[in-house]
Amino acid sequence: MRHLLSAADLTRAEAIEILDTAETMAQTQSREIKKLPPLRGMTVVNLFFEDSTRTRISFEAAAKRLSADVINFSAKGSSVSKGESLKDTAQTLAAMGADAVVIRHPASGAPHRLATAGWIDTPVINAGDGMHQHPTQALLDAFTMRRRRHGAATTGTDLAGARVVIVGDVLHSRVARSNVDLLATLGADVVLVAPPTLLPVGAEVWPCALSYDLDATIAEHTPDAIMMLRVQRERMSSAGGGFFPSPMEYSRRYGLDGARLRALPDHAIVMHPGPMNRGLEISAQAADSARSTVVEQVSNGVAVRMAVLYLLLAGGRSSERNAQ
Amino acid sequence: MSSGSLGTIVLTESDISRALTRIAHEILERNKGAQDLVLLGIPTRGAPLARRVGARILSAENREGDSVDGIDSLDSLVGALDITMHRDDLRRQPTRALEPTRIPAGGIDDKVVVLVDDVLYSGRTIRAALDAISDIGRPRAVQLAVLVDRGHRELPIRADYIGKNLPTSRSERVRVQLRELDGTDAVVLHGTDAVVLDGTDAVVLDG
Amino acid sequence: MSTSYLIRGAALLGGERSDLLLADGVIAAAGPDAAAQATADAITLDGEGLVALPGLVDLHTHLREPGREDAETVYSGTRAAALGGFTCVHAMANTDPVADTAGVVEQVWRLGNEAGWAEVRPVGAVTVGLDGEHLAELGAMADSAARVRVFSDDGKCVWDPVLMRRALEYVKAFDGVIAQHAQEPRLTEGALMHEGVVSAELGLTGWPAVAEEAVIARDVLLAEHVGSRIHICHLSTAGSVDIVRWAKARGIDVTAEVTPHHLILTDESVRGYDPQFKVNPPLRTAADVAAVRAGLADGTIDIVATDHAPHAAQDKDCEFAAAAFGMTGLETALSVVAETMVNDDANDFGWADVARVMSTAPARIGRVAGQGGALRVGEPANLTLVDPDARWTVDPARLRTASDNTPFAGRELPTRVVATFWRGAATVLDGEPQPDGAR
Repeated sequence: MRHLLSAADLTRAEAIEILDTAETMAQTQSREIKKLPPLRGMTVVNLFFEDSTRTRISFEAAAKRLSADVINFSAKGSSVSKGESLKDTAQTLAAMGADAVVIRHPASGAPHRLATAGWIDTPVINAGDGMHQHPTQALLDAFTMRRRRHGAATTGTDLAGARVVIVGDVLHSRVARSNVDLLATLGADVVLVAPPTLLPVGAEVWPCALSYDLDATIAEHTPDAIMMLRVQRERMSSAGGGFFPSPMEYSRRYGLDGARLRALPDHAIVMHPGPMNRGLEISAQAADSARSTVVEQVSNGVAVRMAVLYLLLAGGRSSERNAQ
Repeated sequence: MSSGSLGTIVLTESDISRALTRIAHEILERNKGAQDLVLLGIPTRGAPLARRVGARILSAENREGDSVDGIDSLDSLVGALDITMHRDDLRRQPTRALEPTRIPAGGIDDKVVVLVDDVLYSGRTIRAALDAISDIGRPRAVQLAVLVDRGHRELPIRADYIGKNLPTSRSERVRVQLRELDGTDAVVLHGTDAVVLDGTDAVVLDG
Repeated sequence: MSTSYLIRGAALLGGERSDLLLADGVIAAAGPDAAAQATADAITLDGEGLVALPGLVDLHTHLREPGREDAETVYSGTRAAALGGFTCVHAMANTDPVADTAGVVEQVWRLGNEAGWAEVRPVGAVTVGLDGEHLAELGAMADSAARVRVFSDDGKCVWDPVLMRRALEYVKAFDGVIAQHAQEPRLTEGALMHEGVVSAELGLTGWPAVAEEAVIARDVLLAEHVGSRIHICHLSTAGSVDIVRWAKARGIDVTAEVTPHHLILTDESVRGYDPQFKVNPPLRTAADVAAVRAGLADGTIDIVATDHAPHAAQDKDCEFAAAAFGMTGLETALSVVAETMVNDDANDFGWADVARVMSTAPARIGRVAGQGGALRVGEPANLTLVDPDARWTVDPARLRTASDNTPFAGRELPTRVVATFWRGAATVLDGEPQPDGAR
């Protein structure tokens, strides 16, 4: 594994290796001294062309706890807003000695281009690209589910048989795509629930079931985990695509309210990648309930990103090894 | 079949057993009992060795008489310490998988930590282990027990408890096999020309 | 007195072998007469193993001049055309300034004459500035020295149905044709690739087939209603083929083109997010590719047009979403048609069919006199000699177009253009462009 671009690229063994490594990393994070030495002397660049403070901070914490130096590059107020290309920006940062680039970009495939266009020669980690992929989010979600499912004995386990329902704006969601890919690889049984306007044409071949009816899905699928996707209010306006008539109607049909929360199996967890729209896709009651893993997901995110950085960067590249 | 392409057996099952028993008694003698002791095995093969030494210590102290919490006692005495992330040769190798670290519930602060490993060679693994320990706590003292000391130190490190001193040349390979991982107990010395066909942990053994 | 050429034993349209004598800009003699009439200074070319085709005519070329000379000029584009076997190209109107006045089309036409590689027939914009609001002065362009007969807002769809109706009606006065870029704008806002399984996975906004088909359906009915002819640019979907087939059966005067890339590439190519595969209309599915091949073979689709769309390097060397739409095609078109149509036995498509869809029919649609004629004595000497058995590997650096955005880099293709003659002069010999003074 040279880059992490898409959850779909991970084999079952690779995914489990990342989750197992994350488990070890998580263990170290309960210690007083959280810092570990394996990336000492390395520089990780967070190249963020889109606002996402929480993802950036999570990667930053992960890199720093592995003793890497971190350079944060945010497109806002930078040369990018003056028309500098992704290529020039990336080459500039590489010239400053970046050993890895963590990229968040509004254009689907931008991390893929960075990894394959020949502009730079460093590992690339996709921190979310357009409507495409957000692989570390899927990994932290799987990590969270695996812990809930297997307790202390998670090492080497997958999610075979786990029933997961993902609800919301699948069309625009990189979180949904990454989760479908990774959960399928790990053996989980996934149902996507969305209004028909927010399911992409072509999703019918994805390794999951599709539904328009949240209540029926909860009743029939009895999920172990239900994941609510963020829905942007502007999607209802004509300019935003007119995907649903009103936030109220969306909330009534697809929001996780008190009644739906009660209809879930007792052990089911409620997940959300954040940031939440309380009152739209998730009620305050569901967000704050004991079933909610939202906060846990955030702390698991650091462990998973530590694992990814460790596995991609700690070992020498074959060219370096040969030189030594 | 004590030599040839399969290498020379330098410690048999019973040799290993006797060596571990002796190490257990030396640890008790030097530390005047098992009070405040923590044994940390360094994965891969140091971990089961630590458990074996720990079991002998408990046996000698007769604490397994408390049969109900016998297992708990072993777990409170023995842990495992993965040193992978502290290695100084990380970038010379493909990325290594991490092994579990398990610290006994009482922690290591103000305890006497006995590191347990299979082979002492360059000393670099032990250096990494000392760093790893300092991330976890501040022991009163750290001691080192190894099954085999094969010489060729590259750092000022020595073992406190040694199963067998084994003079070797750098071109030789020492291979420790343990029941828990390999199905059999033996320490085998492979000559210069020997080819370890299955390659099992050849790198780790050089640590 | 111009140089004359005696071509020995080339297979005319891949069939009967014959000698041809090109002299004074025309095919002066054929068969045994050719050698007999050749003067002593005639240059003899060995046509053994070569196929002679009428000079190819492209109805859809972006030459980029004026405005984007960093991507292509009339000179570089027509030189690439000659190397691809073309003796006539239609220069699309989306230049800067837009070719929406007699002045601009005459400038492009004059640049073509000066370059001397091939006949340049400017396409006039349908609406002023391609803005889709007011008809451009179509009559002035038709009456100009450029004698424009094809009008298109290519790159943009003439979406307003009333405007489209007016344009269809208006050009009847001078036997013009509207070449429609069929793309429903609202259904394709932000669209980057074909909408389907691949776009869903890649998270790229989809360009649904229906956005093309709906406009074609509307426009063939409009053409029927007002009794006009209409031409459909770069048709790309199976549904579009069905609609055109239906329209032709109904007697509607519609013609349609397909690009080489839509005959060979699918949306699977986009998986690597390489902008070289970003094109409008987008690469479609394998089923669509099969349908357009079948449509070309059965005559539903009349012509192959390149939609040669050169772009400067920085417009492709970037993220997919930021990249320009389009790919070059003049130098690979004939090879792709050979690969997908001639060499594929499923199609029953020979070199005579290639001559029909790449020369005769486009010349007829564009009302280009003197192009696309038969290889007969007395016809203008516009022809190309191709080696059908040659195979070559596409190297962007070696193509003569000024831009590198070919989707076929590294791909091996059949058939090479050996020589091209325009008005009796060799623009290409031995696969090499001829120097300016020698043409």
